[in-house]
Amino acid sequence: MEPAILIGLLAAMLRLATPLLLGSLSGIWAERSGVVNIAIEGMMLTGAFAGYVVAERLLDAGVFDGDGTGHLWIGVLAAVMVGSLLGLVHAFWTQRFRTDQIVSGTALNILAVGVTAYALRLVYDVGGSTKLPETLPAILTWSVNGKDGPVGVSFTPLMVLAVVLCLLTHVVLFRTPWGLRTQASGEHPLTLTSLGLSVLATRYVNMAISGGLAGLAGAFLTLEGIGQFNEGMTSGKGFIALAVMIFGRWKPLPSLAAACLFGLADAMQIFLQTLGVEVPAEWLQMLPYVLTLVALMGLMGRSRPPAALGQVS
Amino acid sequence: MNAFRNLAWSLAAVLAALLTGGVVLAVSGYDVADALGALLKGALGSPNAVAETLVNMTPLLLAALAVALGLRAGLFNIGVEGQFLMGGLGAVVAGYALPGLPGGLHMLIVLAAGMASGAAWAAVPAWMKARFGAHEVITTIMFNYIAFRLVGWLVRVPLHGPGSIPQTRYIAEGAHLPVLLADTRLHAGFLLALAVAGGLWWLLWHTPWGMAIRSVGLNPEAAEYAGVRVVRTLVGSLALSGGLAGLAGAVQLAGVDHRLVEEGFSAGYGYDSIAVSLLGANHPFAIVPAALLFAALRSGAGLMQIEADVSSQIISVLQAFVILFVAAEAGLRRDREFKAARKAAAVAPPSPPAPPQAPNLPAAGATSGQGQEA
Repeated sequence: MEPAILIGLLAAMLRLATPLLLGSLSGIWAERSGVVNIAIEGMMLTGAFAGYVVAERLLDAGVFDGDGTGHLWIGVLAAVMVGSLLGLVHAFWTQRFRTDQIVSGTALNILAVGVTAYALRLVYDVGGSTKLPETLPAILTWSVNGKDGPVGVSFTPLMVLAVVLCLLTHVVLFRTPWGLRTQASGEHPLTLTSLGLSVLATRYVNMAISGGLAGLAGAFLTLEGIGQFNEGMTSGKGFIALAVMIFGRWKPLPSLAAACLFGLADAMQIFLQTLGVEVPAEWLQMLPYVLTLVALMGLMGRSRPPAALGQVS
Repeated sequence: MNAFRNLAWSLAAVLAALLTGGVVLAVSGYDVADALGALLKGALGSPNAVAETLVNMTPLLLAALAVALGLRAGLFNIGVEGQFLMGGLGAVVAGYALPGLPGGLHMLIVLAAGMASGAAWAAVPAWMKARFGAHEVITTIMFNYIAFRLVGWLVRVPLHGPGSIPQTRYIAEGAHLPVLLADTRLHAGFLLALAVAGGLWWLLWHTPWGMAIRSVGLNPEAAEYAGVRVVRTLVGSLALSGGLAGLAGAVQLAGVDHRLVEEGFSAGYGYDSIAVSLLGANHPFAIVPAALLFAALRSGAGLMQIEADVSSQIISVLQAFVILFVAAEAGLRRDREFKAARKAAAVAPPSPPAPPQAPNLPAAGATSGQGQEA
């Protein structure tokens, strides 16, 4: 086996796993506190759009020149904030209005598709957006000389940040009072109430974090990925992230491994094409979805959701 | 009384959503009057516009009935979009692979094939839920993505018809649904959709199986206790829901498209139908006007995009707001009923002890039990 191909596969896996990891962390923060968040898809899409538009407009207005990365980072910030805002809307609707959490999440997903497509036309007149001159540059590159020139793995800032956030989630969830509070809110909200702590406040804060993480995943897609926004570009990544979370048993570190596995399934497309395997592209594109179904069926080990998930307080 | 309140609230939700949409347009700097004028003209401005609205209403109504049937059983079938596509696939294959059949019979076979394909496509997630507890919301969404890829490949390679455009062959003339109004596209599928609405109402409220479906949707434990076979009912209703979605696809194919294209056949009907069903409080009759409204918005949005340059996707924004407003009212009402029931239980005489209240009281926008993914 040509090592360059394997390195290419590794690079693709890391790139594809990053939004899934961030999405699964988003799910963990929400569901550990007892709120079902199937709107990760929509939050990701809105974050991807907001991040792109803010960065592109700042560049266009000449606030930043194309040499630096300032506009990109402000875009990332915008994506996180928009995601958090949607997270708070979801929290408000499900906790204050007692709306069914699946219905509210579905509405937000539809809203995200509509708002991004509407605003895209509003800002750019036509259905497409222009490509940003640059995306967030790699902070570390490991390259090897292959048959057709050097092949490398680039570690980009948000990719590294995602891993850091994963570790941070682990520490906060299992080693801090807030983590204990989050778990109580998701497992048995009455214990929190009996301690005089607010279940609602816990869920609002956690949903803001959850939304922010999903928005960050979106920013990764546009500002560190292709530098462009396309309608519906998340194509189910938010739902696959939920399967990653379930496969990772609602825990950050196993979810990191699960995200890599799902990223690998996605990367196989590129890998098999490199090897010249004659499989239709559509069949390969089905792989991550099929893997998600397998994970949901619990064929890769049973996992138990938080006990109070989806219930109103 | 209850129905009246539902209606009043649905109207209020629609008005609030339209108002929000108007504000969004105004804030975006569009001329709201211009946009609304174009919307109305596109939806109802001419006999042909009205016919087009009814053409749009047909698949939307059938798909919304599919969503409603699922929700009545407590299942949130978000897979209608994919089942619709698979219904179109089954219909197109039956439509061109069986030439020489008498017209009326061929038409029935095409519709049946579409319905069967949709039902089969929904039966798999139903089985996954029954056997493994895999939550239908995510599995049906995954089946949507798989259906898009599968049909995309089928149309591009094995079922590719003559010509370079990736599309299948056209179905036989005899399998076309007859046109109702000369010089328009309004076809007999419209009447069929209305009949199916009546049929679903009959099924849900006048048959034992409908009773079982509704009782499982309201309270699965109680239904089980009353002797309903819960798993069988759930699997059956999701499969029939998929069958209705498949029928919607078959009707669209035999009535309008007559062949399957690579992209854009399902055109979001499956997703739009969720808002339609919730707006109609998942009641077959109330869904009819809801489908008409959204069909009018859909036909009007096209002209609005051309004349006022407003993205037709504003309709998705309106739908999201309709869902949010309707669901918020349902949630608050359920909460009030829950508190009233708890209060009543508290003042009841101490013996015999009041049974604990079921956590999920009847919900108008009833959905998926515990809301757990796995």
